[in-house]
Amino acid sequence: MSHIGSYDERIKNFSWKISEDELGYKKGDPINIGWYCTDRICQLGKGDKLALIWEGAAGAEKWFTYNDIRIVTNTIGHFLRSLGIKNEDRVCLFMDKIPELYLGFLGVLKIGAIAQPLFSAFGDESLFIRLENAQTKAIITQRKHAPKVRKILDKMPYLEHIILVDHDPAKPLQPREIAFDLERAPKVEQLEIFPTYAESPSVLHYTSGTTGQPKGVKHVHYSLISQYLTTKWVLDLHDNDIYWCTADPGWVTGTSYGIIGAFSTGTTQCVLDSGFSADNWYRFIEKHKITVWYSAPTAIRSLMKAGNGVVKKYDLSSLRHLASVGEPLNPEAVIWSEKVFGRPFLDTYWQTETGCIVISNFPGMKIKPGSMGKTVPGIIATVVDTETCEPFRDSGKIGLIAVKPGWPSMMRTYWNNEETYQKKFRNGWYLPGDRSSIDSEGYFWFVGRDDDVINTGGHLVSPFEVESALLEHPAVAESAVVSKPDFVSMEVVKAFITLKPGYTAGKELDLEIMNFVRKKLSPLAMPQEIEFVDSLPKTRSGKIMRRILHAKEWGEEIGDTSTLEDD
Amino acid sequence: MEEMKEIIRAYVVKEYVEDDTEVGFDTPLISGGIVDSFSMVSLKRFLENRYGISIPDDKATPEAFDSVNKICALVQEYLH
Repeated sequence: MSHIGSYDERIKNFSWKISEDELGYKKGDPINIGWYCTDRICQLGKGDKLALIWEGAAGAEKWFTYNDIRIVTNTIGHFLRSLGIKNEDRVCLFMDKIPELYLGFLGVLKIGAIAQPLFSAFGDESLFIRLENAQTKAIITQRKHAPKVRKILDKMPYLEHIILVDHDPAKPLQPREIAFDLERAPKVEQLEIFPTYAESPSVLHYTSGTTGQPKGVKHVHYSLISQYLTTKWVLDLHDNDIYWCTADPGWVTGTSYGIIGAFSTGTTQCVLDSGFSADNWYRFIEKHKITVWYSAPTAIRSLMKAGNGVVKKYDLSSLRHLASVGEPLNPEAVIWSEKVFGRPFLDTYWQTETGCIVISNFPGMKIKPGSMGKTVPGIIATVVDTETCEPFRDSGKIGLIAVKPGWPSMMRTYWNNEETYQKKFRNGWYLPGDRSSIDSEGYFWFVGRDDDVINTGGHLVSPFEVESALLEHPAVAESAVVSKPDFVSMEVVKAFITLKPGYTAGKELDLEIMNFVRKKLSPLAMPQEIEFVDSLPKTRSGKIMRRILHAKEWGEEIGDTSTLEDD
Repeated sequence: MEEMKEIIRAYVVKEYVEDDTEVGFDTPLISGGIVDSFSMVSLKRFLENRYGISIPDDKATPEAFDSVNKICALVQEYLH
């Protein structure tokens, strides 16, 4: 029996109090996600239950019970306090998927500080923009990523501590660096948990938009209420499940469902910290007898590409529930998974700003391959007219997805950017920026983004950020960045470039520019293709018309070109 | 072949290694997290430029790029 049971009954009788009661939370009480994910589970008598099974690239393994993670997160919290980190200070977690990332996140929350996880593949420029915006006080990282921090250190007087979790004692520490060895640090059995409340800030995740710099999405501790319940009702985690969320906690899925959802439900979860290969992933599922698997369409399509032969080499019979997030899951992938795993991947829809799944396919629900599913109980979502922002009365019309504000994990603001935050609301609706339709049975069907943001492998990339980085390359005069279709990643970054006099287009320059962006921003932002052109399409006022280039890449109608520059 | 291995290793270290991680000919590059799947595109582009070859996308798999030795074997296939 699934946790959600009858979807229709849940919709009829819904109240967020269901979640509050299960968690033993009463309005006005302190609520601290770090405590709920560790101490509370131990208080429920599950201290000896496995919480985290971690496997590294070279096959190294670390196992933690709930009592272990309670003590480890206490230890990290205590260490941060000893450095002078206080509540609401921003602490960046800049690590690969190692245990220190997962447990450091909870340790930060336990002392009331704000966790700021950042994708460890970010280059120094991406890192700087986000630390600068948050005025981050401390960063926890690994020695492999420390050079990127050192490179920008002089520009960040507010960054007081660089905490290295794997420092080599044979080498001297650089300015502001301090070593913290989780295994050698004196264990802290009892930690005074900072009494955060429902609206106390918890997590700051950065997300890209079409224009301007990345925005820091501020979440609060009360977000737990919807993250806990959607973990149970959508991911259907039961006490004996072994769960694998493949997302990196540098992104919101990795924290909402890779840390908070998993641990607050007292689930045993596995983490694989190594690069993708079909063999390795299937081996991991077989070895740990994974039962619930939450992954992404890019990974699923990569597995499809690897073929069905490799699936047959492994016993994957433990799998009982599969879900997907990050980008639309194409019908072929749903049908394929049903064929090879005996069950479909269920698509889920949400974003950094929503903090939890808001539209989804549920266990037991009729699955329509290609559909995002139905509104999550407790969420009011619809599709509205692009101009009037009024909900459509008829099914099948394409408009903007709109969600009624008020659910627990709704973002509270963009950090230092209230103005942009307010622009996300129209006519009483929060607009995630995606287009969709709803069919007569209430199923949502994703159409595309309503802006120029590129969704590559489930990660949003701002064309503005990539264009800005390109302009810093000495050879680039002008640039325009759009998405181009890709079988595995759905979209990848493509750049159109005009060169400054004295530079000649060619393979060497092409590669040099690719690597320039990769190191400055991230591998995700690196153009997978560069087209050198003599000029870019512009309006008469000189604005580059990205939509014309986008249409060309996607084989679409170019549309109105009346404002195009004459030349 | 030895020269090719050294060239590729030197390129991987220069472009993808931030710290003092040592890269041997059999060091796992993709599964070891040194080169991520998005960055494989730039590594592929380097090989194609350097050796004047074209590696089909379906051959540029994480497995085929997982070590300097494996990359050399792949390049060899398309050299002649």
